[in-house]
Amino acid sequence: MTERVAEQVEHKLLLDYYRKMLELRVFEVKVQELYRNAMLPGFVHLYVGEEAVAVGVCANLEPADLVFSTHRGHGHALAKGVPAGIVLAELWGKVTGSSGGRGGSMHMYAPEYGFMGTNGIVGAPIPLATGGALSAKLRKKGQVVVSFFGDGAVNSGSFHEAVNFGAVWDLPVVYVCENNLYATEMAFSRATKNTSVASRANSYCLPGVEVNGQDVMAVHEAAKKAIQRAREGGGPTLIECKTYRYVGHHEGDPGTDYRTREEVKQWKDRDPLKLSRNLLLDLGVDEKELQAVDQEVESLIDRAVEFAEGSPEPSPESVNDHVF
Amino acid sequence: MSEQGRVLTYTDAGVEALREEMRRDDTIVYIGQGIGPRGGNFRQTRGLWKEFGDDRLRDTGICELGATGVAIGAAMAGTRTIVDEVFLDFALEAITQIIQQAANISYMSNGKIKAPVVVRGAMGAVRNAGAHHSHTFYNWFANTPGLKVALPSTPYDVKGLFKTALRDPGPVVFIEHKSLYNSKGVVPEDEYLIPFGEAQIIREGKDLTIIAMSRMVGLAVKAAELLQEQGISAEVIDPRTIVPLDRQRITNSIKKTGKLVVIDESPSSCSFAAELLAIAVEDCFRDLKEPPKRICSLPVPNPFSPVLENLMIPSVDRIVTDINTMMKN
Repeated sequence: MTERVAEQVEHKLLLDYYRKMLELRVFEVKVQELYRNAMLPGFVHLYVGEEAVAVGVCANLEPADLVFSTHRGHGHALAKGVPAGIVLAELWGKVTGSSGGRGGSMHMYAPEYGFMGTNGIVGAPIPLATGGALSAKLRKKGQVVVSFFGDGAVNSGSFHEAVNFGAVWDLPVVYVCENNLYATEMAFSRATKNTSVASRANSYCLPGVEVNGQDVMAVHEAAKKAIQRAREGGGPTLIECKTYRYVGHHEGDPGTDYRTREEVKQWKDRDPLKLSRNLLLDLGVDEKELQAVDQEVESLIDRAVEFAEGSPEPSPESVNDHVF
Repeated sequence: MSEQGRVLTYTDAGVEALREEMRRDDTIVYIGQGIGPRGGNFRQTRGLWKEFGDDRLRDTGICELGATGVAIGAAMAGTRTIVDEVFLDFALEAITQIIQQAANISYMSNGKIKAPVVVRGAMGAVRNAGAHHSHTFYNWFANTPGLKVALPSTPYDVKGLFKTALRDPGPVVFIEHKSLYNSKGVVPEDEYLIPFGEAQIIREGKDLTIIAMSRMVGLAVKAAELLQEQGISAEVIDPRTIVPLDRQRITNSIKKTGKLVVIDESPSSCSFAAELLAIAVEDCFRDLKEPPKRICSLPVPNPFSPVLENLMIPSVDRIVTDINTMMKN
């Protein structure tokens, strides 16, 4: 972030972003701990390291706007406003979870918060989000849809077919690629000749923007512009956020077979929380104020754990409910 | 048919259902290739684009995966959609969206998100189109929890079932038969809907029960007429929707006649015919007087050669011969 832009940033906004990013981080670290202690069933893909993307994008959305997320989607749910307790209860398979325990990590839905789901299938949510945007356009309520996906999705047909639809129909959708450089273990540079996701926008005649995905204000600026453009009927934008996950693909994958420790360290040095915290201190925010925020977030997550753990399991007689 | 009506083609009955429902519900959007000004490859949307325009008749390129995903996503967000795969065969390009997303969404979201989408496609053999354009895999959809599957066999059923599909809260796979598009039948002037899960007894009989779906229904009726001349009284039942299935009406008939033949254009192994035989065994075991029988397509890809394809698919002759053999036991 340039100093000039930094100066324009309101302390309040950055502090809000810091708080939200911290919520995402502390949540995921807690999930990791619970998972490793065999408290949570299923599989989880953690968002640690990518917080600036979800927060920088979703902070620009209205409650009625829609987000379609991925398998690595806890952060998107939290950033869109789904309470941590409800997300965690879903990961626990509890009846109070966003899907009543029927979905889990990769199938959690909270339309009441405009959260249209994580997704177990890479690429699949991109056409769905595009359809959500078609619905939004036809209903003329000024609603905007955000489609999150990773670099792993952009070589799939789903990506190309959906972005083409978004462009040709001028739909109010923002395509946000979280390029964390690896599709599971496959390096993006080994998967494709064209490693610029943003450049692919040219193929379908929509704007493509590349941003530093570790810088929450940079993400914020790009997302704000794209969301505004979509809301005003200007059509879709593709934003590529260069980011990184510090953890493996899923819990259980050490993530060290295909990445060097040096590379992980380099990215951790550019940690979005560290960057924004330092910037806040530079801007004159008191260390004590930040510590209070840290404490506030810790207790928020503690309460979420308490809520989720104390919630009941679904009743056996409900197994056949909601098939149709 | 007792109702007053006119004679319409199977195609036009579908167009009429669409026109009525799109007028009634102005949120319905139709997505598919060639369904706009062209009026559909099978003329299945003829005249609709002129009335409803580009916003509601959304022509697409040839990209079933994207188009189906878009239709499902729009439905999840509150817009009722129809996605026309044209040939059901092409739904395979989009199968992940239909099975993984549309079928699962209600359950995965604890009933909070519905996908009111009709996936429309025409199945079956037509004029020796060859293996890529002739599949009949409706049984695959029926094996997926969360999908309803309608198989109209007459113009009357096309209209009544289509209208019901367009009011259903969840995904419906609406499967017509390519060879039936030009068939004709009486369709009432007055509005009507056919509830899902209501089988129709097309012909009453006492000696055996024949269950058939889609184009096979017509063959079953012809076979029953020929069998009648030989003194065999066959009851013919068309389930009309295989999900939900009218198990009651089907098993009542089997219990009455004690004999069951299912005619299915799919190959027999793991077919819907196999499901119907399983139901007969589960629910009517002690009433069965003969082992139930499947008359199905041969387990080969649809051959191009007319001679071979005619051998592959059940014919009236094959049905009569097989039933005669069964009845002689």
